[in-house]
Amino acid sequence: MSTAVESYGADAKPRMGFFTDTTICIGCKACEVACKEWNLIPEDGRLWTGESYDNTSALGANSWRHVAFVEQRKPLKLDGEVAALDAEPLRWLMESDVCKHCTHAGCLDVCPTGALFRTEFGTVVVQEDVCNGCGYCVPACPFGVIDKRDLPRSPDDAPLALPIFGKKEDGRVWKCTLCYDRLKGGHEPACAKSCPTDSIQFGELDELRERADKRLEKLRAEHWNGARLYGNDPDDGVGGFGAFFLLLDEPEVYGLPPDPVVPTAHLPKLWLNTAVAAAALLTGIAVSFFGGRE
Amino acid sequence: MPSLGTSFGRGGATDYQQDLMNSDCITIMGSNMAENHPVGFQWVLEARERGAEVVHIDPRFTRTSAMSTKYIGIRAGSDIAFLGGVVNYILENDRWFHEYVRTYTNARVIIDDAYVDTEEADGLFSGWDPEQGKYDATTWQYKGMQVHGSGGSPEEGVKGEQSHGSHGGLLSHGDPPEEDWDLEHPRCVFQILKRHYARYTPEFVAETCGCTVEEFLWYADTICKNSGRERTGAFAYAVGWTQHTTGVQLIRSAAIIQLLLGNMGRPGGGIMALRGHASIQGSTDIPTLYNILPGYLVMPHTEHYGGLQKYIERSTAPAGWWGNADAYIVSLLKAWWGPAATKENEFCFSWLPRIDDDNSHYWTVQQMLKGKVKGYIVAGENPAVGSANGRAQRLGLAQLDWLVVRDLVEIETASFWYDSPEIESGELRTEQIPTEVFFMPASTHLEKDGSFTNTQRLLQWHFKAVEPKEDCRSELWFYYHLGKKIKEKLKESQDPKDWPVQHLTWEYGEQGGNEEPSASDVLREINGYDDHGQLLAAYKLLKADGSTSCGCWIYCGAYADGKNMAARKTPHWEQTYTALEWAWSWPANRRLLYNRASADPDGKAWSDRKELVWWDAEQKKWTGHDTPDFDEEKPPDYVPPDDAKGPDAIAGNHPFIMQADGLGWLYVPQGLEDGPLPTHYEPHESPFDNPLYSQRANPRRQQNKDLEEDPYNPVAGEGGSELFPYVVTTYRLTEHHTAGGMTRFTPYLSELQPQMFVEVHPDLARERGLEHGGWATIVTMRSAIEARVLVTDRMRPMKVNGAVRHQVGLPYHWGQRGLVTGGAANDLAHMALDPNVHIQEVKAFTCDIRPGRRPRGPKLAQFMDELRAEARAARATATRHEPEETRKT
Repeated sequence: MSTAVESYGADAKPRMGFFTDTTICIGCKACEVACKEWNLIPEDGRLWTGESYDNTSALGANSWRHVAFVEQRKPLKLDGEVAALDAEPLRWLMESDVCKHCTHAGCLDVCPTGALFRTEFGTVVVQEDVCNGCGYCVPACPFGVIDKRDLPRSPDDAPLALPIFGKKEDGRVWKCTLCYDRLKGGHEPACAKSCPTDSIQFGELDELRERADKRLEKLRAEHWNGARLYGNDPDDGVGGFGAFFLLLDEPEVYGLPPDPVVPTAHLPKLWLNTAVAAAALLTGIAVSFFGGRE
Repeated sequence: MPSLGTSFGRGGATDYQQDLMNSDCITIMGSNMAENHPVGFQWVLEARERGAEVVHIDPRFTRTSAMSTKYIGIRAGSDIAFLGGVVNYILENDRWFHEYVRTYTNARVIIDDAYVDTEEADGLFSGWDPEQGKYDATTWQYKGMQVHGSGGSPEEGVKGEQSHGSHGGLLSHGDPPEEDWDLEHPRCVFQILKRHYARYTPEFVAETCGCTVEEFLWYADTICKNSGRERTGAFAYAVGWTQHTTGVQLIRSAAIIQLLLGNMGRPGGGIMALRGHASIQGSTDIPTLYNILPGYLVMPHTEHYGGLQKYIERSTAPAGWWGNADAYIVSLLKAWWGPAATKENEFCFSWLPRIDDDNSHYWTVQQMLKGKVKGYIVAGENPAVGSANGRAQRLGLAQLDWLVVRDLVEIETASFWYDSPEIESGELRTEQIPTEVFFMPASTHLEKDGSFTNTQRLLQWHFKAVEPKEDCRSELWFYYHLGKKIKEKLKESQDPKDWPVQHLTWEYGEQGGNEEPSASDVLREINGYDDHGQLLAAYKLLKADGSTSCGCWIYCGAYADGKNMAARKTPHWEQTYTALEWAWSWPANRRLLYNRASADPDGKAWSDRKELVWWDAEQKKWTGHDTPDFDEEKPPDYVPPDDAKGPDAIAGNHPFIMQADGLGWLYVPQGLEDGPLPTHYEPHESPFDNPLYSQRANPRRQQNKDLEEDPYNPVAGEGGSELFPYVVTTYRLTEHHTAGGMTRFTPYLSELQPQMFVEVHPDLARERGLEHGGWATIVTMRSAIEARVLVTDRMRPMKVNGAVRHQVGLPYHWGQRGLVTGGAANDLAHMALDPNVHIQEVKAFTCDIRPGRRPRGPKLAQFMDELRAEARAARATATRHEPEETRKT
């Protein structure tokens, strides 16, 4: 429904997306850097976090790809002679997170200016020259992806100025565009292009889902510990992700919500409740004005 | 890479990274391939997805371990013990590839009666001279064979770095004098090997390396299972192997295993040497090293200088491709001095510089410290951060008259005179440093044309994308215009010492407003011309009569037929998997070296599954998926006649054509400084005794016993060793490049790893009171640095000789400059070196770690003085004496 690429008529394209396969992610962060290079995103601060090798910590206005690192005392595979040899199993999960480009996108639903829109590829993009920085979309994202870019906090702070715009930032919201400009030109997004192991796979969503099912089947046959798909189900709370994942543990382990629901899904019920309340109120008023007259 | 050079004939990776996908078992050891070669690592993952075992054996659990099918933790510096255990397992359990070993290796060769093994002499080979601290290799030779060296001179032949190609031995018509094809003669290489490794049992491995017996046995069985006719296994290594005082012998251990299992020269086999920089292979092929000339020709030496004829005699092997060394050197001289080089003046051979000593990097630093070096040009390096013992490096720089640094940014080496740690501590004062520093901004690879020779000997051309900014210039520009200016100044000189410069060929096209010299003109000169000015197609066409010129014989063919072969960009999906039309690799565009060995002695593929190159009996030539690494028309049953010389003296079933006997060398009779076989020694600094011998460390390692700036931690058995109880190892991260000049100044990379940290196990953190996210100070006799504490299970404690020992992990990218700064790990390291290649031992030494930040300002110098005094006093109470000091063998 709200993918709505049909509104493009003859210009509509097959829905494009990412399948991020964490079993072949080597945690090189080339996706983070390529994304920043292509999209001219400012540096996101030089804070050492101590969170394994992750110093990006989360997606935000200035980080549109984020590689999570999770160290676990668990075996990578559950069967076979190798697993039996490991008295103290250890594995290091790496996952490159990104905007999910939801089928039902909360950010898009609540945007009052029309800055957020659904592209002909079925992706969700902010138009930076339309966004007025109202920020309604920020709490509407069940993943905490879309984010306002901070203004300089004090006169001493260097302004987060981008030379290309020639003006101070900014207060607007920013997130992954699935490299809309590159797609327009027939290129794959920068992160997928730079991924040396094809952990980030770009393509038509239908085809990616089939590929992911086969991949999961193979991994299960090989007894990979905890292999599962995340966001591939069109019936989930956001109608399925345009960018979905193959994980090796519960989504929470990677800092992902286990059962994301688009907040606007509650709108009809909310409006109904409001209507009922309003009706009750009106009835009450009417009764107080007219009912009591004797 | 003398280890690969002496074992197989050429000092380069024997394989190419794409071929790893054909492997059934990849052993990654001494390398963190996923982090440091992430692009090439895709082929390892491809192999894993096809069902191959990927085993990572390393002191640390890294991103490579995370992607492997099995990780085996061993303590830093115990690799030879582990690999020696594998050799023993193969021999004891009869898992070696019989036909391959008998025919293609020197297992059958009988060794000199006087050879004495370390197993008989408590850790020393025969020929040890305690006075000189060196070996005389005479007794290591094939029985009945002379050491290869010029008559009457005392030297022991081509050694060390010069043996990137082993240059063979002095074998007439390519056959060792005495052999036993049954491999039963007690002095044949096979039996010597058996005795040498007999004590490397699984239990010995587990106790010495800190892994379990079960893990070791699983691994040994796994690589054996994945070798043979139908299957192949590969090794990938990097500086985790080289940067030890036993580094060369460590790589030799892998060579022995790969020869015994028959994995050399075959698809999915080989030894993949992973080099660290974009063109580090190129910088040894066309060397920035002091002791070799382009194409691994040896540098003339003062000691046995006797003109061109003597040089050729010394460089030429009677058999194998070094038999044509005369053509290579004469063509090189013609490339450099053109018409001035004539037969009458020995092609200007006397104009070449001659070496008279070790002139390596660390030796030079020592001379600086003694005030013997006036000027220094540093290009593409940051020794103040990237070289061992940073303090000694910087104190050395402060003794120079002048210093030129060429880099993208003002790195620590250029700024030491006003912001180094020694300025902070007061050991150096800016106003007292005489060094005049010139910083020359360099252009990046995007701002110039040129080629990289990558880790797999592949020359890949890149094109300039943008003009360099302001006064940034390419290296080529710098040296070309410097040369022009010097030539101009010397134009009128009548002094014969200026002739070499006056006559040097220096004609390259200039382009653009910057007068950038043409990089393709340079590649053409390297490729070489015939006497009609036509570009040569292959090194076989080189002649010794002065009719050809060639700047580097192994690169001959890179510009064949006037076409820049390095610039070919046909993608792999438009051709066969060997991708022979993508760029160009030396030699002769061969991708997999020694590939004659992919066929059996009769010239047939060992199996359909592993076919690569074979003898086509109808067409009477070698053919296959790769360029054959063999004389194309030499049949497998060719037997050289008695008077055959050079390549003609190599038999049709001897695949290692650079070796004088055409064989893979399990045992290296000459070419190495520290022995014909690898044997386990402890690192120069180690908290452990050598479980095998009273000789603790490599006796031949280079030490600086009298150098005040390079003090050593007390070791096992010495007083004060308890002051430095932990093993420390240094390494790189994906996010940064070596000494940081290219990454610490870049926001997008700096933010990914913004601070120096130290990795420790939770148990060590408890033992030393270290807090995750807090600060720690790491201490050696050289220096003390601070780092943020990263507590992680990935740094496993090791149970060694019954006791649990901790290891400390330190990335080495940071210094005092850049967007992100931090302590330089190399400040902690010492300058004891491997004797063959003079490389530092930064992968295993000892340290202490304490909670909190380091002393600041003058207090740091005071702290270090007190620590050194304490350690020296403790050592004096119990000093260790090694056999190396007194025993002659």
